[in-house]
Amino acid sequence: MKRWLLMLLLVNATAVAESFEYPLQPQPVATDTYVIEGKTEDFSKQNGGFIVNTGFIVTTAGVVVIDTGVSRRFGEQQRAVIEKLTGKKVVRVYITHHHPDHFLGNQTYTDVPIYALPATRDGIKAEGEMFSGNMYRMVGDWMRDTRVTPPTQDAKAGKETVGGHELEVIALQGHTAGDLVLFDHTTGVLFSGDLVFNNRAATTPHATLAMWLTTLDSLQALPFKTLVPGHGNVASDTAPIQQTRAYLQWLQTTLEDAAAHGLDMLEVMQTPIPADFQHVALVQHELRRSVSHLYPALEQAHLKPAKPAE
Amino acid sequence: MIRHGRWLVFCLLCQTAVAAEPDPLNSPQWEAMHTRFLNGEPYTFDSKVTVEAPPEAEDSLNVPIALRVTDLQGIQEMRVFADLNPLPHVLNFRPKTIAPNLAFRMKLQQGSPVRVAVKTADGLWHVGGTYVEAAGGGCTLPSLGTSSGDWSKTLGQVSANVWENPDNNRLRIRVMHPMDTGLASGIPTFHIENLNVKDAQGQVLAELDLYEPISENPMLSLDVGKNTTFTLEGRDNNGNKIAAEVTP
Repeated sequence: MKRWLLMLLLVNATAVAESFEYPLQPQPVATDTYVIEGKTEDFSKQNGGFIVNTGFIVTTAGVVVIDTGVSRRFGEQQRAVIEKLTGKKVVRVYITHHHPDHFLGNQTYTDVPIYALPATRDGIKAEGEMFSGNMYRMVGDWMRDTRVTPPTQDAKAGKETVGGHELEVIALQGHTAGDLVLFDHTTGVLFSGDLVFNNRAATTPHATLAMWLTTLDSLQALPFKTLVPGHGNVASDTAPIQQTRAYLQWLQTTLEDAAAHGLDMLEVMQTPIPADFQHVALVQHELRRSVSHLYPALEQAHLKPAKPAE
Repeated sequence: MIRHGRWLVFCLLCQTAVAAEPDPLNSPQWEAMHTRFLNGEPYTFDSKVTVEAPPEAEDSLNVPIALRVTDLQGIQEMRVFADLNPLPHVLNFRPKTIAPNLAFRMKLQQGSPVRVAVKTADGLWHVGGTYVEAAGGGCTLPSLGTSSGDWSKTLGQVSANVWENPDNNRLRIRVMHPMDTGLASGIPTFHIENLNVKDAQGQVLAELDLYEPISENPMLSLDVGKNTTFTLEGRDNNGNKIAAEVTP
């Protein structure tokens, strides 16, 4: 009996491992609006890179997709789930920014326009291949046959009505040089991309903290009813914006103080996490990463030219 | 199981040689490292000697490393090496009158143990280390300075600062240098070879030998006791001199 169970388990595990099925479960968050919530984890061969929130809006003209996920497989499975659930065709895609977990599913959508801010399109052209290589290393075979497929259209800031939904593209920056926020005025849903994280530590490989903090203020002023962060649970209030702001302010202050006191990188990486953020997923890991990204410029500002000697 | 058996036989055979401690990092290169960097001399893995590093390298060109030694007297030499780097030798550090603490950044080509071996006056090497995971490519890329072509304008320039602390003053030094490894196609090895830190009276506080894996524009942090004024002297493998005075 035990042997049989073991065999069943083994067969089961193999089947799961080889099927590369992402557990995609679109959740309705507002009228005509669904979110496929990813895990608040780092990339791994177990989660296949399903660590990001993607969404879609079902309009009378067809479905508008926000972000395509981490891989060809993700994009294909996302599109299949959307078309099965809605019975409608996808008519356009928006990419919020140029990080790999948000756009590497694009190759499934080459028959529809894919919109992104110009800075995002440039970022994908410059860094897409490097990102893709990194993803293959981190999530392995989930990435099979994934090719970098840059967005095809410039997203322009402003309002446009698509199939009865008044959609506003807001062009911002801070998390990256091009952060597209999509605000559906018809439903009050705000897709913030990675400008907002919810109970998952913010990431900073291309961040400008001062700019990001200003951007968060403008997001908080928007009259949204539902907030879809790039990572973490969907919310109906400004709490995730406040949490992201508080964390980034703490990060900025910590790094600046450390540089002013002559600390080395590792000493900063070992900074204790304040109680307010200890429950935030991956916070220690992201602090270490952020020190690598942001500290070199800050510490150099606290060095003085030495006097050349004989 | 079979492996275990073989290991036992091997141990019986080698028992007469040095009673080798098993490598806590289980590296296939440990014996080669022992021969090359410790001259095959007696050693012990010692928790008084630590290498601090992040578990994973966010930037393979700039992996932060800090060496810390507590309660170890008579330090002659500290050697830093990364077993699985194509260029394993990272640096030598000889603190003369200051604390045996040093922080710097290095290039890693792949995940590897990073170790420091500290030789004390009794001839014993005290070894500490940690494993750093890395995406790779840190050693085979040209430096940014060489790629952009503007390294020659700033070569050898030093920026620095001193922070006065109650227990130990902190000296931070940045020397502009490409630190090319010689592993990028068509770009020869070009790196700082040595750097001495002296006090205001010219007494040597510490000597450093730097090798190819040290990151471009090396950034060093030292704990320098009560000293506040320093002179730096060094040279690279092309004979370019480094000479600077640091005041608070």
